[in-house]
Amino acid sequence: MSADHEQHPLFLPLVFAGGLIFGFGLALSEMAKPEVVLSFLQFEDFGLLFVMFGAAAVTGLVFFTAPRLLGRAPMTGAVYRRRLKTLDRNVVLGGGVFGVGWGLSGICPGAAYASLGIGNYAILWGIAGMFVGAYVQGYWRSAGAEAGASSPTGAD
Amino acid sequence: MIPPELIVAVLSEPFPNGISHYAIGGLLVGLGVVVIYLGTGVAAGASTFLESTLSYGSKLPRFQRYAPSRDWRVVFTLGIVAGAAVYAIALGEGVWTTDVQWWRLLLGGVLIGVGTRLGKGCTSGHGVCGVGSASSASFVGVITFLLIAIGTAHLVQAAGVMP
Repeated sequence: MSADHEQHPLFLPLVFAGGLIFGFGLALSEMAKPEVVLSFLQFEDFGLLFVMFGAAAVTGLVFFTAPRLLGRAPMTGAVYRRRLKTLDRNVVLGGGVFGVGWGLSGICPGAAYASLGIGNYAILWGIAGMFVGAYVQGYWRSAGAEAGASSPTGAD
Repeated sequence: MIPPELIVAVLSEPFPNGISHYAIGGLLVGLGVVVIYLGTGVAAGASTFLESTLSYGSKLPRFQRYAPSRDWRVVFTLGIVAGAAVYAIALGEGVWTTDVQWWRLLLGGVLIGVGTRLGKGCTSGHGVCGVGSASSASFVGVITFLLIAIGTAHLVQAAGVMP
């Protein structure tokens, strides 16, 4: 298996720059603070609606225009596509489990990494938990695949 | 005639902390995704990092499928940490730590780890990239986790768990 980043010397620097803007935005929008996320979920401050929909508006504009106006991505030669996943029972089940975790803790993956950047070392409890959860889920899924019970599913 | 101050007060009530930093932060989150997408064609989400990083230490085929992307996903995550650190330093916010109890973070984290992997995405994969793609799976995912999270947060609050 060849690694995705072998194609272009600027691939990793670009990914880092994108992450930098992404993380700065998460910190500025205060999603990196579990208390602020919880105050949104508890209907005390609806400001976080602007974070998700503001971000989706920007990606939406580009995800719909790039495939029509541009050729292939310069660093990978990949064709521009939208992010589409198969809608099945797992989307609802997994979304429900994620929702319980998000509502209990006020954290989600990207915001948790950003939270570490603002010095919130307590978030390591949450990040450690995420790795445990992802491992447990992958272990189950692998056991199921070996038994021929399930087919591989993409995830992002 | 309704006084303009009253209209402003009613409209701003749901937003006690204003909206500008939320909106600008959201636009930057989207811009970070777009920068990577325009260069590479990849619509990056934050939760696949969990599985792809596990591939360094586990031989399970489930994680090895993400081995080709694991290096850049580590770089992406380091970028997110660094970006938030730049914010904290440049805007003078300094070090900030949460008061949310450790067991809520840990248990919530485990459920998030299971849920995002089973459900094919998180707030960035489904919420930003998927919704931006008008993907029906992502709309269903976002509505599901948003409603369940709102219900859970209210239950936790009603149970008197603080903070």
